[in-house]
Amino acid sequence: MASFKPTKIPVYPKLGEKVTQETLYWKNYKAPVQIKEFGSVTNIDVSPVAPHNFAVTAFTRIHIYGPFSQEPVKTFTRFKDTAYCGRFRSDGQLLVAGCEDSVVQLFDVSGKVALRKFKGHTKAVHVTDFTSDRYQIVTGSDDYTCRVWDIPNATELTTYQEHTDYIRCGVTSKLNRDLFITGSYDHSIKLFDARVDKSVMTMDHGQPVESVLLYPSEGLLVSAGGRYVKVWDLLKGGQPLVSLRNHHKTVTCLCLSSSGQRMLSASLDRHVKVYNTTNYKVVHNFDYATSILSLALAPDDETIAVGMTNGILSIKHRKNPEESTELSGQHRRRPAYRVFVKGKNYIPQQDDYLVSKPVKQHLAQYDKHLKKFSASKALDTAMQSWIRQKKPEIPIALIKDLDRRGTLKNALAGRNEQEVTRLLNFLIGHLVDPRFTPVLVIAAEMMLDIYGSVIGQSSIVDRQLLRLHDLLEREIDYQQDLVEVLGMLDTVFACHLPRKEVPCLGVNRSNGLAKGETSASQPQFQAT
Amino acid sequence: MVEHANIRVVHRGGSKINFRAPVITSDSKFLLCASGECVKVYSTTTEECVHELRGHTDLVTGVLLKPSNHLQVYSCSTDGTVKLWDFADGILMKSYFVGQPIHAIYASGHHEGVVFIVASGMNVCVCVCFFVELFQLVALHLPQSGDQLAEGLELSAVLPDVKASPESIAFGRGGEYIASVKGLCLVVFFFRKQKTFSFYLKQNSGNGRKNTFTCIACHPKDDVISTGHEDGKIRLWRNFNHKKEYTYLTLHWHHNAVSSLCFTPEGTNLLSGGVESVLVQWKYGQESQRDFLPRLGATITHVTVSPDGALFCTSHADNKITIIKSCVKVSAVIQGLVKGDVTTDLMVDPRSKALVLNGKPGHLQFYSLQRDKLLFNLDIVQQEYIHELGLQQVEVVKAAFDSSGERLATVEERKPKAAELELSLKLWTFDQQTQSFVLDTTISAPHEGGITAMCFAPAAVDHRTATLVSASKDGHFKAWQQTGPSWECDFVGSYHSLAPQCCCFSADGSLLAIGFQEVVTLWSPATWELLTTLSQPPGDIRNLCFGRLSCSKYLMGTTVKNLLCCWNLLTCSLEWSTSMDVSLLLSDPLSENMAAFCTLDGCTDLFVFKPCEPRPLFCQKAVCPGTVTRAVFSPRDSLQESCDESCQWLNRSQLYFLSQHMDLMTFITQAEEKQLMASNKQVPSFLFCLFTLSNRCIDHHPDTSARLLQTPAHVLPAATFLCSMFVQSLLISVEEMESEKEEEDSFDEEEDEKTGVVRAKWASMEAGEAAEAAAPAMTRTQARELRRVKKMERGWLSGLLDC
Repeated sequence: MASFKPTKIPVYPKLGEKVTQETLYWKNYKAPVQIKEFGSVTNIDVSPVAPHNFAVTAFTRIHIYGPFSQEPVKTFTRFKDTAYCGRFRSDGQLLVAGCEDSVVQLFDVSGKVALRKFKGHTKAVHVTDFTSDRYQIVTGSDDYTCRVWDIPNATELTTYQEHTDYIRCGVTSKLNRDLFITGSYDHSIKLFDARVDKSVMTMDHGQPVESVLLYPSEGLLVSAGGRYVKVWDLLKGGQPLVSLRNHHKTVTCLCLSSSGQRMLSASLDRHVKVYNTTNYKVVHNFDYATSILSLALAPDDETIAVGMTNGILSIKHRKNPEESTELSGQHRRRPAYRVFVKGKNYIPQQDDYLVSKPVKQHLAQYDKHLKKFSASKALDTAMQSWIRQKKPEIPIALIKDLDRRGTLKNALAGRNEQEVTRLLNFLIGHLVDPRFTPVLVIAAEMMLDIYGSVIGQSSIVDRQLLRLHDLLEREIDYQQDLVEVLGMLDTVFACHLPRKEVPCLGVNRSNGLAKGETSASQPQFQAT
Repeated sequence: MVEHANIRVVHRGGSKINFRAPVITSDSKFLLCASGECVKVYSTTTEECVHELRGHTDLVTGVLLKPSNHLQVYSCSTDGTVKLWDFADGILMKSYFVGQPIHAIYASGHHEGVVFIVASGMNVCVCVCFFVELFQLVALHLPQSGDQLAEGLELSAVLPDVKASPESIAFGRGGEYIASVKGLCLVVFFFRKQKTFSFYLKQNSGNGRKNTFTCIACHPKDDVISTGHEDGKIRLWRNFNHKKEYTYLTLHWHHNAVSSLCFTPEGTNLLSGGVESVLVQWKYGQESQRDFLPRLGATITHVTVSPDGALFCTSHADNKITIIKSCVKVSAVIQGLVKGDVTTDLMVDPRSKALVLNGKPGHLQFYSLQRDKLLFNLDIVQQEYIHELGLQQVEVVKAAFDSSGERLATVEERKPKAAELELSLKLWTFDQQTQSFVLDTTISAPHEGGITAMCFAPAAVDHRTATLVSASKDGHFKAWQQTGPSWECDFVGSYHSLAPQCCCFSADGSLLAIGFQEVVTLWSPATWELLTTLSQPPGDIRNLCFGRLSCSKYLMGTTVKNLLCCWNLLTCSLEWSTSMDVSLLLSDPLSENMAAFCTLDGCTDLFVFKPCEPRPLFCQKAVCPGTVTRAVFSPRDSLQESCDESCQWLNRSQLYFLSQHMDLMTFITQAEEKQLMASNKQVPSFLFCLFTLSNRCIDHHPDTSARLLQTPAHVLPAATFLCSMFVQSLLISVEEMESEKEEEDSFDEEEDEKTGVVRAKWASMEAGEAAEAAAPAMTRTQARELRRVKKMERGWLSGLLDC
């Protein structure tokens, strides 16, 4: 006696993005913490030392946030105008920031008043950074110059006047105390060496450069400007490697994940894209509410901080692995009662023998009805509102099975107004879904056959039927259009593909050769 | 050319076991059923075939236990004989020659020395040109002579005009009357009064249901006849010894015809079965109470009960016998080869070497040709099967294995009357852990039309990727490729919107040939490029086959217009062609040989040839009547050595084919036949040897016990009988040892101790009480002491305890 085989519910492939290891990794963040700043957040910098605080530059202030606090730990407000580019020194104790009023200020992270003020620029300073020996500062300004300053005596060491437009981004080398790179709105990226008085390398980005980024190895340089992100090989003298165009508005910010395996780019088009740095394919995408100006990633990708034009700072923290296991642990099934009849904390001994009981087959409610051959009841159970709405494949699989059993007509017949409306609603909802059409067309035909005689008796049913009619007409029009488009495409393809001649020897040559030649080799299939 | 007399076509396995109702012996240990030309004896517990009763020369049509001796059984056959067997030993005891084909046999314990048989009567000319065969029930008086063969028997007609089916006649209580049904008429014949009563039913009752009788059963203790009808009703007739005052009670549960009825021996229950494949048990006297045993798998054709009422047994339309323990649990299933409409090709599973074809609805069956046993059914459709007439069911129509047996592809389809074809392609992978195929990917609607051919590409080196090509009536062929865990479509090809009929990969997998009606196209599977086309009009391509090994440069094709062509792929030209109507062309996977089945004058001829040689290796005319469309080369387990040139093609593999009447046949050489006969004779001699061997003999043949353990349990005598013999054989008897001891008194110390130990053990077993006595280092003297102690009178001790 075989057991009842339950109705097979087909699994339809989910449309949309594929779940990869990558998406799982980048989706494993908690809901973002949103903090409102006074103006647009132009720069976020992560402290390189342990608590990994964020220095968030927005309007005339620089706030420092702890890794988990929503309130600023510290605030620097001594700016006369908009502050720019607050950056930590590599020991995390000093912070430098430019300002719209051309004064560069150096702060102690624990203090409040500026330790040094560097005056010399004539226009707003958008770029500031420490060199890797920690005693000098590099700045870039809207007066087309970039300068190197000495911290102890607050004097200007060198001035480079090579750019012909605003300097809006720059980065210093972490390995060499003398090297730094600046990007400017004159489309060029220049590599300077503080030991010589002019740039040593120039690269043309082709767009106003918004952001530059050095790889940890410092062999590769990434620049962003316009819609492009470009990668340059510095060791080959600034040769372009790749040009990426994955955003549809200006890319504003770049950053590397801590492992160096992934690169993130943020753009005014409200997206943050994650690239694989080996093949430069986009592996993940984050969406934000408004245009993004700044982006930072804490070490080990613990936190993603994003600053936007409307002054909102969004901070996402990674989910702890312990928390997620704890959640799933709660749903784990407890052992069955019969196993623990000997007491709740009974530990099974080695020579204990568990007598296995035949496993009872669990059947869904509609399968139970099907087992009893009650078709109408089975359809009713499968048409319950939550199943109908959440899992339309169940009623459809059931309709298909009833059709196979030859009892679909019985199941559909003999319904009252309310039930007919429900069935028609379901048909209208799913009839034009190409996955369900073949099954539902049969059911729809049967419905019309059965209830054709009662048209006009109920206004609700009539209205539903009219809707069904409209739906079908529209669908037919669609299909017609699609066929036309297909025909056009075929023509286009046929014109553009090179025509390949198929060698057809069999036709050209006499296939049977000459009769006389073959007769010798012909087998004699005559049984005697 | 020489006539190949040393190769013969034989039936091979897979005979019907559901043709007639099986019989359970009175000890419920064996089940006998008619199967082709023999009677098979199965064990009811192990499901194994114990032995076959061979002797009839035609279809066996009935098996019946001899009422006066429960160890003997009658069988009847269409060869016109009734034979009496001792089924336990498989010995033919007597043959009674009747002379007419016999269709059924009955006996009653109250009619000594008489069996009743249904034999064809004279042919009555009804119309000018129609002959209707009439059957009559005849009493056959069996002579009590000791002759092996009895002829010229006394026959007396009992009932004229009965149905040939054994279900339609039954003996009544105490053998007083016999009842028969035919058409719409129930006939009861009383032996004592020699009087016949007939009862007629109307053609249709009420709403157009048919009243035709289908089967009959009589109550063993009561004057009640139950009849089954075409419309699913069961009638219980009473008072049928009156012409007018008879009554009947109607029971109705079945919705299709009742095919079999049976009362339990005590008459407390009535069992019925039909198309629904539900065994219904009606309580006699309280007919509203019924028990059901649902989902037995296929239409029930016969129901029988063992004489003690403990086992029920149902035969099913899919060549299956189910043994049911007291209507609760299926205890055993004896499954034969299911031979319905073979829609898939015959295939051989490369892993288990089993023959694979579609079996039960929605299943693939794996049938072991060596053991003549159905190994298992693989559920392809995985849907509840609805047992109802006139339903469009989902059928498995195509299946293909890859060369390693790792992967399996199946196609199932259902064609509703007024809707489009439902088609799905399923891909299975062999799972080492469960030793079965598990479903990998289901592709619903892989093509718009039915799939005409399907084949796997020969395995690549790494076994990681696999390619499957399916050709369909919609004019496309598709290549499916395994990418990671699932399969996806790799390429869709077509050729001038012609419908592809067949496809074939070359042995190394570098070429794919697809026959598009009249044109053969050759594709490169690596790039999916059309390489060339070959054509030999007129006539569509029916079969395509690449040559193998030394003939791999040839492509063979057959067309519907009686042409067998051989193309040379190096020159892309026709090498040779010959005009013959080849219905099936297939190549041996292990050699260059090809087999072509040709239809000529309603008969099938077989040619075996190599594409490169002008003369066929072997040909046989009139292999079987009708057309052969399914055949397969099955690789042999061991290479056969045959020097005869005409038999060499059978060395590596055997050729099996299905005839028009769905008989599985094969070709067998004389040498092989001799081998088989020899191995058959060997078994009984071994058993005989085992029974007569003395204990000493077993000692001298240390492998005997191993052989005893290897022999199937069901062919051995009872364990209780063997056990004592076996244990004794391991011991050294006392007498023997003592005589030995007397002879050789001058044994050295060590040897002496050893025998002493053995004797001590022997003694301790006899004593059964003294554990300490079996201490290992006991000397002979101690043992003698012990024996003396044992022999001592202990009555005084019990007396002491009593007071």
